[in-house]
Amino acid sequence: MSAPVKYWRWQEYHRVFNDKKWKNKDIITAGVDVGSVGSKAAIMIDGDVYSYGVTRTGSNSPESANKALGMALQDTGLRAEDLKYIVGTGYGRVNVPMANKAITEIACHAKGANYIWGSSVRTVLDVGGQDIKAIRIDETGRVVSFLMNDKCAAGTGRGMEVFADLLQIPIEQIGEVSLRVAEEPEPVSCTCVAFAKTEAMGLLRKGWTKEKVLAAYTRAMAIRMANLINRVGLERELVVTGGQSKNIGIVSRIEEHLGVKTLPSPDWRGEGLDPMVAGALGAALLGRALYLKAQGGG
Amino acid sequence: MATAGIDLGTQTVKVVVLRNGEVAGRAKVFSGFDPVKSAEEAMAIALKEAKLTREDLKHVTATGSGMDQAPLKDSTISMMGADAKAGVRLFPKAHTIIDIGAEEARAVKCDDKGIMIDFVVNERCAAGAGAFIEAMARALELKIEDMGPLSLKAERASTINASCVIFGESDVVTLIHRQESKPEIARAVFDAMADRVSSMVRRLGINPDVVLIGGVAKDVGFVASLKRKLGVDLSIPDNPEFAGAFGAAVVAAGRAKEA
Repeated sequence: MSAPVKYWRWQEYHRVFNDKKWKNKDIITAGVDVGSVGSKAAIMIDGDVYSYGVTRTGSNSPESANKALGMALQDTGLRAEDLKYIVGTGYGRVNVPMANKAITEIACHAKGANYIWGSSVRTVLDVGGQDIKAIRIDETGRVVSFLMNDKCAAGTGRGMEVFADLLQIPIEQIGEVSLRVAEEPEPVSCTCVAFAKTEAMGLLRKGWTKEKVLAAYTRAMAIRMANLINRVGLERELVVTGGQSKNIGIVSRIEEHLGVKTLPSPDWRGEGLDPMVAGALGAALLGRALYLKAQGGG
Repeated sequence: MATAGIDLGTQTVKVVVLRNGEVAGRAKVFSGFDPVKSAEEAMAIALKEAKLTREDLKHVTATGSGMDQAPLKDSTISMMGADAKAGVRLFPKAHTIIDIGAEEARAVKCDDKGIMIDFVVNERCAAGAGAFIEAMARALELKIEDMGPLSLKAERASTINASCVIFGESDVVTLIHRQESKPEIARAVFDAMADRVSSMVRRLGINPDVVLIGGVAKDVGFVASLKRKLGVDLSIPDNPEFAGAFGAAVVAAGRAKEA
């Protein structure tokens, strides 16, 4: 018997921007973002991204932190000792053993979004594995205010993984598949992921296609997120960070509901930065500022 | 005079037949894919037990989330209304009735006559209802009926997140990895759910006496946790999962007299 297909599996990977020279540079910092589902680590040289790694969070946070940082160091020639300052962030931030300091993921995502998209960003929607945050920021990437969802899996990365499994659609295609409907169905009234398991089966039995079921749920979840953005106060430009920024079904429906376009996501498979790494990038940047402060400079 | 109550819930259909105010027959059938058929089946079993036919029933009242689909009915009553009626008929001093079913939890405040004054509801979220215990039992690889007795053997308390079933599952897995014992994890599940239910009941204000009904009231582990969290004793009827159907049958009797 073949191993069961794991539809929720997303790609773990690392990348190095080789065109940058780290030799003889002083300030090499790292950010390690241990999320509930994914662990990300980024290395920066003088505040410029050099490499990063993305891996799945295991049951042990320190191990996941080590693994992500190891992936970021891979093929760089750098060693852990070369890192002047490391900031831990995310759900498991207090369990990042090598960190000099822990900073909330809200501050890190704000800073990271400012780094990826520039100073025009004012609202950041971060959709992580276990929570959803709407963050208002200023032109320097500092947090002005924020709102978080209650702990509920609806719309989070973990919730989407359950759906991928349930409908047997690879997680990386789930957004695109949800858009393959001739007409947008009404959003489902109940977004609870636990109930969705039975409700979705009921809809499929009624003759709904997988695409239509997925569209109805994705729409309901996008509306939840759009409402959170409205509550924090939408100011342009709007960007989406976290793993769900790659879900075109969610992002396009948020845009439609708000009547506002988000700044396009960088081409992370090509030369662009992965919005999932925004928190780790922000952490590494904040680490640089803290290092300079400790040195009495900056 | 004979009447009946049908409680068409998300998981099961319950029917109670009353003759002169006493329970003469009852039946429970899984709702399945065809709840109408299941309700007819439950009614047939309950009538047989009561040695009555449909024609003997003066009035049939339906309740539960699927009450509008219920067959053979003359009228309907809200779930909170049925809860209040049942609670006061079973325990005349009852003023707070907590009903926890498979997918919903409710608390109802009522007056001496069983007329509802206020209520709170947890719906559209599986945490805080029977579905939560079911999912955690699966994660623990335990039968749901074994979880309660097992939890009473816990020597200490640990905690899990009860605000969402999906996250609760991963918390349980984390505790298993940490090699916590099954009794302790089972107790954590009940404590977490009791926390949620008690905060819901506190929003309503606790009026003694407190009655607990619904299928989850059969779970000794949950009952122990809820007593601890609320700090009051709980009155629980026999066959608590039939309380909604019983309440509807009592309402039916009242309506039959009026007619």
